[in-house]
Amino acid sequence: MSGRTPPRSTAHDLARYAGLFAQRTKVMKSSAMRDLMALTERAEVISLAGGMPDTSSFPADTYAALMTRVAQESCARALQYGPTEGFAAAAHCIAEVMQAEGMTVDEGELLVTTGGQQVIDLVCKTLVDPGDVIVAEAPTYPGAVPTFCSYEADVVQIEMDEDGMRIDALEETLERLEREGRRPKFIYTIPTFQNPGGVTMSLPRRQRLVQVAHERELLVLEDNPYGLLRYEGDPLPTLYSMDGGEFVIYLGTFSKILSPGIRLGWAAAPRPVLQKLNLGKQAADLCSSSMTQLFVAEYFASGDWREYVASLVGIYRGRRDAMLEALQAHFPHEAAWTQPQGGLFIWATLPDYIDTTDLLARALDENVAFVPGRAAYLDGRGGSSMRLNFSGSDESAIREGVRRIGKVVAEQVALYGTLTGAAPAASAAAPAADAPRDADGLAEVLQLPPRRRSGRRAEADR
Amino acid sequence: MSTVAVLQGGRSLERQVSLKSGARVEDALQRLGHTAVAIDVGSDLVARLTDAAPDAVFVALHGRDGEDGTIQELLEVLGLPYTGSGIAACIRCWDKVLTKHLLRAAGIPTPDFHAFSETAFRELGAAQALPAIEQQLDFPLVVKPAAQGSALGIKFARTAADVPAAIVSAFSYDRKVLLERYVPGRDLAVSIVDENGSPTALPVVEAVPEGRDFYDFEARYEIGRTRFVCPAELPNGIAERTQELAIEAYRALGCAGFARVDLMLREDGELFVLEANSVPGLTETSLLPQAADAAGIPFDALVERILAMALARSPA
Repeated sequence: MSGRTPPRSTAHDLARYAGLFAQRTKVMKSSAMRDLMALTERAEVISLAGGMPDTSSFPADTYAALMTRVAQESCARALQYGPTEGFAAAAHCIAEVMQAEGMTVDEGELLVTTGGQQVIDLVCKTLVDPGDVIVAEAPTYPGAVPTFCSYEADVVQIEMDEDGMRIDALEETLERLEREGRRPKFIYTIPTFQNPGGVTMSLPRRQRLVQVAHERELLVLEDNPYGLLRYEGDPLPTLYSMDGGEFVIYLGTFSKILSPGIRLGWAAAPRPVLQKLNLGKQAADLCSSSMTQLFVAEYFASGDWREYVASLVGIYRGRRDAMLEALQAHFPHEAAWTQPQGGLFIWATLPDYIDTTDLLARALDENVAFVPGRAAYLDGRGGSSMRLNFSGSDESAIREGVRRIGKVVAEQVALYGTLTGAAPAASAAAPAADAPRDADGLAEVLQLPPRRRSGRRAEADR
Repeated sequence: MSTVAVLQGGRSLERQVSLKSGARVEDALQRLGHTAVAIDVGSDLVARLTDAAPDAVFVALHGRDGEDGTIQELLEVLGLPYTGSGIAACIRCWDKVLTKHLLRAAGIPTPDFHAFSETAFRELGAAQALPAIEQQLDFPLVVKPAAQGSALGIKFARTAADVPAAIVSAFSYDRKVLLERYVPGRDLAVSIVDENGSPTALPVVEAVPEGRDFYDFEARYEIGRTRFVCPAELPNGIAERTQELAIEAYRALGCAGFARVDLMLREDGELFVLEANSVPGLTETSLLPQAADAAGIPFDALVERILAMALARSPA
């Protein structure tokens, strides 16, 4: 029985509403393949599509104790509005997290936000007029795409390789834009464990990017949700720490180190920019949740957060390894994928004759899901790639999920071989010596590295 | 007043569209004074239908199960009257290859085509026939899964090099693919609703893609990406011919209750029937409700009429 109030709209009325929608709704990209993605939520589907941290690892009794303390000691405050910039107690916690990543921040240069996503929105709101250029990575965070579109930005995407965004390509693009009289409003980057690419920007590129920003007086939005989730290798300095507080807007979040449900992120930015962001936030939601800010403050006071992050690192490292092993075992030799040192995602690229949006429909028949690569581009590229998440499923589900995807990919590879008259593709376990290995061509398509069987990093800095 | 089960959702790729169609139908039924029982189709379907003991079942389930005759078969077994076409017509509409053979047999123009199963390529060397097919059908040609309710999996092959990948994509949705001659022209749809046992064509809708050469799956259901014009602005006599041809197709396929027939109007004025949909969308942006609206039939009246036909067919 339907409990909803029946809407009175008819098709005719809807046409009337269409005339009322703002111009920008026309360019709001409906989250690509939305209907397909909705099917990934079925219980029987192993979804490697989400970006969810494993919140089941957070101890329930800790949560209960913290909330009890918030209720007993700060009930009225927790239930009240707070300042737009956030509570000082939350700012202390943020400073502590940034300290752990080698950054010192003046707490007066912080804005507590409703998730990191709000920072992207506020930065666009503050900087972008319709038609303005935003420079982003190719591929970029799929969740930023609708935000960029809703501000009618013209997004220019810069190729990446194993060392992150290609700064030489960035500079060429900036030159071209300058010749065309278009000045980008900001450069959006996830330098560490990029979503969806899984790659990390090298130190020389970080240095050069900050230099470029200074030379050209360009703002950079450094999105760093995963920096503390490193499973191997040494941490690299953030752009923010190298910038000296001039051109880098830093986006941080508690989502991946504590909980996305508390909806708390932050921006650290030069004061003039921060003031505008603050005004934008007042208009958007006045302030972020007092309740969850106090929860975070209590949690940090207990001193357990580092230990919890360490436990997440242990869990996710195992899952990443399980996924890499499964890819090696089940994906055909024509496929390539990134080897992330941290974060939540692996980006896999298949031969260019496989369309991963269509492949998803087939994969759903096998009850497994991923994000088709097109979601990470604004120009229709990425059609042969997919984003795979390893944080949200346990190791056995990851192995089984990758096995199922590998099976449908192998089917399509074999079918294509039949259609083109090439010999049916050999299995991944026994690659045929004479089979065409077009990995370099693939890398050129997406500027992401082909799989290194040795597992060593590429020495080439293309 | 009747108790009506509204079947929707399910696990097809058109689940979301179906949920929207179903919700609208439920609302209309309630406004009409009926009792609507929403059923998201799953493994408990028979149990839920038995519990609800409805007077009739409104099938708002698109895609696999809802349009391929499966649900209809089940409803026949349960002895429940239901909306729309019977089992055989659903099967004929769902399989575009079968549809086209029947249209051709009835002398109704449909674009030239060839269809193959996956086995034909894997085991019978059908790939070697591709050059001959390409020569016959010319480029660009359209490659699509034989059975898939939406535009998912439909690709244009502009050259021979595009064909294998397009075929691989189409096989993601079905075990049979259709290679079809591309008919450049205007994209038309005629919705048909039975009235006193005889099919009546609603005004022609034209889909005008905005800034693209083909409207894709998303555009079809999102406001603003494709512009729909209803009634379509067509040269003298063309609208009538389009409607007549659609009714011929509807009859040739044995449809009942309501359906939507998709056609192409070629630049020289020739019409071609592409396919028929036995459970067309009923969302705010769907073509059937828009056409009904243009004909002065409000959505509630449309739902009432479709339901009345189901009830009239009931054995009681």
